[in-house]
Amino acid sequence: MIIHVAWKNIWRNPTRSLVVILAMVVGMFAGIFMVSFAKGMMKERLNRGIETEVSHIQIHHPKFREADELKYQINDVFQKTKDIEKIEGVNGVSPRIVVQAMVASAETGSGVKLIGTNPDREKTVSNLYTYIKKGKWFEGISRNPVVIGQKLAEKLNVHVRSKIVLTFQDDEGNITSGAFRIAGIYQTVNTSFDETHVYVRFKDLDQLAALPQGAAQEIAVHLSSQKYLNQVKNKLSDMYPNLEVLTWKKLNPEFGYINDVYDYYLYVFIIIILLALGFGIVNTILMAILERVKELGMLMAIGMKKGRVFRMIMWESVMMSIIGGTIGVGIGLLVTIWTNHTGISFDSYKTGFEALGYGTTVHPIIDWGITINVMILVFVTGIVAAIYPALKALKLNPAEALRTE
Amino acid sequence: MSIITINDLHKVYDGTQVEVHAVNGVTLNIEEGEFSALVGPSGSGKTTLMNMLGGLDRPTSGQVLINGTDLSQLKDSELIDFRLHHIGFVFQSYNLIPVLTALENVEFIMHLQGVPSAERHARARELLEAVGLGDRLNSRPGQLSGGQQQRVAVARALASKPRYVLADEPTANLDSHSTENLLDIMEELNHKENITFVFSTHDARVVKKAHRVIVLEDGKVISDEVREKVGASNSNE
Ligand SMILES: Nc1ncnc2c1ncn2[C@@H]1O[C@H](COP(=O)(O)OP(=O)(O)OP(=O)(O)O)[C@@H](O)[C@H]1O
Ligand SMILES: [Mg+2]
Repeated sequence: MIIHVAWKNIWRNPTRSLVVILAMVVGMFAGIFMVSFAKGMMKERLNRGIETEVSHIQIHHPKFREADELKYQINDVFQKTKDIEKIEGVNGVSPRIVVQAMVASAETGSGVKLIGTNPDREKTVSNLYTYIKKGKWFEGISRNPVVIGQKLAEKLNVHVRSKIVLTFQDDEGNITSGAFRIAGIYQTVNTSFDETHVYVRFKDLDQLAALPQGAAQEIAVHLSSQKYLNQVKNKLSDMYPNLEVLTWKKLNPEFGYINDVYDYYLYVFIIIILLALGFGIVNTILMAILERVKELGMLMAIGMKKGRVFRMIMWESVMMSIIGGTIGVGIGLLVTIWTNHTGISFDSYKTGFEALGYGTTVHPIIDWGITINVMILVFVTGIVAAIYPALKALKLNPAEALRTE
Repeated sequence: MSIITINDLHKVYDGTQVEVHAVNGVTLNIEEGEFSALVGPSGSGKTTLMNMLGGLDRPTSGQVLINGTDLSQLKDSELIDFRLHHIGFVFQSYNLIPVLTALENVEFIMHLQGVPSAERHARARELLEAVGLGDRLNSRPGQLSGGQQQRVAVARALASKPRYVLADEPTANLDSHSTENLLDIMEELNHKENITFVFSTHDARVVKKAHRVIVLEDGKVISDEVREKVGASNSNE
């Protein structure tokens, strides 16, 4: 019955309560949608990062990533590839030769990461081949084919079938170079990736780099599902205690950052919204209490204990927050589902988004963990906001309160 | 046996400039089943005295005993519970909960007492029928006249089954017809159920109905007259 009275009390001044509820609706809608939007953007970025750029797991010599020199190698990569393929959850393995190189066209040059890989194996760990815009993925050129990104092609002013020269330091420390002909040009949405990643065949680079038989710098491992990530990683660490086994979270610090730290920012954002709304609720409840000092005095006079008066006021606040919060979150979720289907296009900001590696169409996604926590926070806001006004009500002396008009 | 015993009661308010001695040494016994009026000019201390009789305010000095319980010995929360279970209140300005219906207003106090819902529903209906509002159970206070609201307030005061009802100027906002009606109802309850009523008033017609008239002036009792027979004959009409 206390809840019943609290509910009716909310509607004594419907306009005032509705304004608070509406503020809550708008605030929570904005909060939830903003979270979904950011999550959608992040997920897309992560997915592309994994599927196109780094794959799930990479194995290196422990010093390779830091020093980035050809001499930090993995031996017997072909045997290892076979062994890794047998692990449950692994659905693609590709050994790669990786070396820092200079690429030069007739006009200009540029520093790139040169990757030597088996074109067919590479398809099992990366979907980069699906981003080929011109030419083909290592087809059509029989001798020394190379695949480069659109951005680099523009910079070098080269086209399919153009010749480029790749220069780097080989395993023995000699500067070596080779002429390659462009078989395909890919274009992902990450322009900085496109500008710096050049792919050639494993066997061609192997020769140029003068590497020992079966040596490479990197083994990329692709999984059938994220759920195997830690399991496979641990297994690989056990199998190759002298090598460094890293998941995508560590391989690209930006990804780990996106994944973990971003949530924290979203909460900060939501808490700021709730804080502002909380003050609105404090004010409303306080006004509502000042208006019924006499009635509260009467309730205490006839025998309503302070705890009950306190709870009644709490309920008024909590119910307003929950109504506003639920409607706001509900609309937020609906709009998320809707825009998840249609996608939100930012074509006018294409260059900015792409330079940062983000797609221009965002598909917001619902994060249930955050949504549930937001609902809890809404509830807590309702409670916290009512404490001060409710305590004020408790200070009333029934005899004095009854004398007021 | 006295249901209420007051011993040398004082209440001093610390005004901004002067101390106000609102109740100045009152000693009284109220017997079970009385129908008493507390009268006196404005500012004579009626409300202050009633508040202390009802445990709404604490005296500066002196004692209030109700059924042998010394109110000054009770903690604040015990005092609230005591009021809930032993005293019925009727206020000058009705003071119903405006968002609840007549029925819910009467039920509310029983809810506070923990009476099960079916029982309190039945009792509330019964009480409202007894005060002649059987047809207005679902009206909200704003939809009722002052007299009707005050009758709801009487029903509410009785809902908690008190032995003792305090009413501070219950008829001050009522027209003469409603006043008459309300007093008849209260008197009947007093007569039938032996509930003790103490009410304060300015109104000569109300005073006329009282079985005992206690006159207060400047916080002191200046006259105390028992007219049991007048009251008894009235209630028999
Ligand atoms: N909270 C207070 N602080 C200071 N003085 C007060 C307070 N309440 C009442 N008084 C004073 O105490 C005296 C008695 O007041 P009280 O309300 O008891 O009189 P009353 O007989 O009920 O008057 P009325 O017939 O107008 O209701 C008055 O002089 C009043 O001004
Ligand atoms: Mg008074």
